[in-house]
Amino acid sequence: MNEKKTSLAVAALRGGTVIDHIPSEALFRVAHILGIENMSNAVTIGYNLPSARGARKGIIKVDGVEFDHQTLNRIAVIAPTATVNIIRDYEVVSKHPVELPDTLIGIVKCPNPKCITNNEPMATRFDVSEHDKPTLRCHYCNHTVAGADAEII
Amino acid sequence: MNSHSLVAIDDLSRNDILAMLERARYFEQHPNSHLLDGKVVATLFFEPSTRTRLSFETAVNRLGGRVIGFSDASTSSTSKGETLKDTIKMVSNYADLIVMRHHLEGAAQYATEVTDIPIVNAGDGANQHPSQTSLDLYSLQKTQGKLDGLTITMVGDLKYGRTVHSLLMALRFFSPKFNFVSSPELRMPREYRMLCDRLGIEYHEYTDFTTSVINESDILYMTRVQRERFSDIMEYERVKNLYTLRRSMLASAKPTMKILHPLPRVNEIAQDVDDDPRAYYFQQAGNGLFARQAIITKALGIDPLK
Ligand SMILES: [Zn+2]
Repeated sequence: MNEKKTSLAVAALRGGTVIDHIPSEALFRVAHILGIENMSNAVTIGYNLPSARGARKGIIKVDGVEFDHQTLNRIAVIAPTATVNIIRDYEVVSKHPVELPDTLIGIVKCPNPKCITNNEPMATRFDVSEHDKPTLRCHYCNHTVAGADAEII
Repeated sequence: MNSHSLVAIDDLSRNDILAMLERARYFEQHPNSHLLDGKVVATLFFEPSTRTRLSFETAVNRLGGRVIGFSDASTSSTSKGETLKDTIKMVSNYADLIVMRHHLEGAAQYATEVTDIPIVNAGDGANQHPSQTSLDLYSLQKTQGKLDGLTITMVGDLKYGRTVHSLLMALRFFSPKFNFVSSPELRMPREYRMLCDRLGIEYHEYTDFTTSVINESDILYMTRVQRERFSDIMEYERVKNLYTLRRSMLASAKPTMKILHPLPRVNEIAQDVDDDPRAYYFQQAGNGLFARQAIITKALGIDPLK
């Protein structure tokens, strides 16, 4: 039932991106990463929708935009369960989960104020383990942070 | 990125560690040489540490090398706002090796990424201090005749004490048995206990520092319990003397047991322990010279045994 509703709404887009299965608690941060507040495109946001997987989910539909890999990698850190649907001419041309790379460069801020990355003009680097519930370890200071708690740059 | 750098003890394999200790043993027998003739070693101490700097500089001098550098960032260009990258690149023009200490965590790792000359980490904040672990390992091997199968009791601050974490990591290759003695607030972090579980390393946790745990130990590794580690000062006052070693506690300890401490100590080892033959912390610090000679020659690709 819910899946059907979602499909209908997806089909209503002529072209663009639907990001589905976003954990509700990550929804607004995902919207921020997508830069939605600065867009003039039509955007639909669903929040606390019931999901077949149990927990409440969020969904974001953006008309006329396909997001680059860097942006989708950022989303994967805080919402590893999200899926990305790309729509062209009312058809879903691709549907795949977001992909969390093994190494994140310049994406997450290190939570350790005494880390070199917070004190030098340089890119951060984190190694990712447990991709379904990611843990990030700073390549420089070895501090760890849960993906869900990560501060995205 | 350069391959001869030493940033963290965790980067060394079992064979790397054994080879390093063999070098240290050689240097204990041959402390003075000309192996570093014509070499310039920079000691960049962005954060002062007289003890560590003197040990490294003595190591270079006894190997016949020259030392340049600074002992305090306030006398260097860092105080004028120069980035670490720029300082490292500038010094790389002059030196064959950089030994650096920095208050920021990850500084040495970053330094290896901006220069081609080898970097030896002499401490980066609370993160890594591999030459300390090297001298600890050398002290273990020298006093026990082996590294394998030792019973090591770690006492005091096991939560924040980087020396005990690094020692644990290095010993994971050598079938140790650990006793962790600390207050609940300062117990060994979960990630290290999980590592022991995963590798099948036997460990026991105690909140009481008893003679029975001392008596079964080959090594007693004491650490400082610092007041600033406690959120609750009352808790600090309650536990601060519970993890103090006194000579009376050593009555039935193994005669071959040795007491180690990374120094400086405050009150976790009573003064009367100093006269016991099992007190080893001063010799342990002295072993730092040989361990650092081993680290420096390895980083420069010089093999004294050939
Ligand atoms: Zn960090």
